[in-house]
Amino acid sequence: MAFTPVSALIGGALIGASASMMLALNGRIAGISGILGGLVRPQRGEVSWRATFLAGLLVGGVLLALAYPSALRAPSATPIALTVLAGLLVGFGTQLGGGCTSGHGVCGISRFSTRSILATMTFMATGALATFVVQHVLGGKS
Amino acid sequence: MKQKLVAFVAGVVFAVGLGISGMTNPAKVIGFLDVTGAWDPSLALVMAGAIGVHLGFAQWSRKAKRPLWADAFVLPERADVDVRLIAGAALFGLGWGTAGYCPGPALVSLVGLTSGALAFCASMVAGIAVFHAFAGARRERAEDSTSTTI
Repeated sequence: MAFTPVSALIGGALIGASASMMLALNGRIAGISGILGGLVRPQRGEVSWRATFLAGLLVGGVLLALAYPSALRAPSATPIALTVLAGLLVGFGTQLGGGCTSGHGVCGISRFSTRSILATMTFMATGALATFVVQHVLGGKS
Repeated sequence: MKQKLVAFVAGVVFAVGLGISGMTNPAKVIGFLDVTGAWDPSLALVMAGAIGVHLGFAQWSRKAKRPLWADAFVLPERADVDVRLIAGAALFGLGWGTAGYCPGPALVSLVGLTSGALAFCASMVAGIAVFHAFAGARRERAEDSTSTTI
């Protein structure tokens, strides 16, 4: 893949702006796995803001599909069985570990949370390990 | 109402940011995690850009009494590092590196209706439900045995 520093920084800044709105105005962490987890296990008073955030994500997806369609239609090279296994691991793991790339990786690190810094180091390391196994050991890439 | 509007707008901005940054392209994510192959460091800059913007707000929130449009901050208070944190992050990373999707980009990609995004999101929600079924059972056992433990 080509190195795309400018779009990466601009996209990242928008993610940071979104997280900052949620924190400064609503007092909430914009952690996607936490927001989604609260919809799978709903509690009183905790559903509507999560549902509207999720609706916003999907509307944002529609805007992307209109303005920048290649962003959402990149074909996945991963076999479907591995994709399903990966989804299960991501769903279970983010709930057990209390966060994902957004909650720990962006919000937690910005708050200087030791838990989030360690979690981010851990998922970066096991992410690289899984990529190595899937791409180079199983996939036969050199 | 104001808070729901904020959540909606934040969701839209978050999704557009993910799309522009490259995070919704699984091959791009795998290129970032493929440190022994043709490594593409772009996505490190997504994190740098996001933290660069968010850091000041996050530090302000540690001192502020309350957010601007809500009564109180609802933030994680825990500071202890336990096995669940590390094991959970490890499992999450294994899934992320396998498919190239983390939760946000996967949800945004639902709009593209690709089989990969649909399969990933369905199994991700199943994984979340399995966790909460286990956690619920643990809580019930813990409540049953409160009289015998400290």
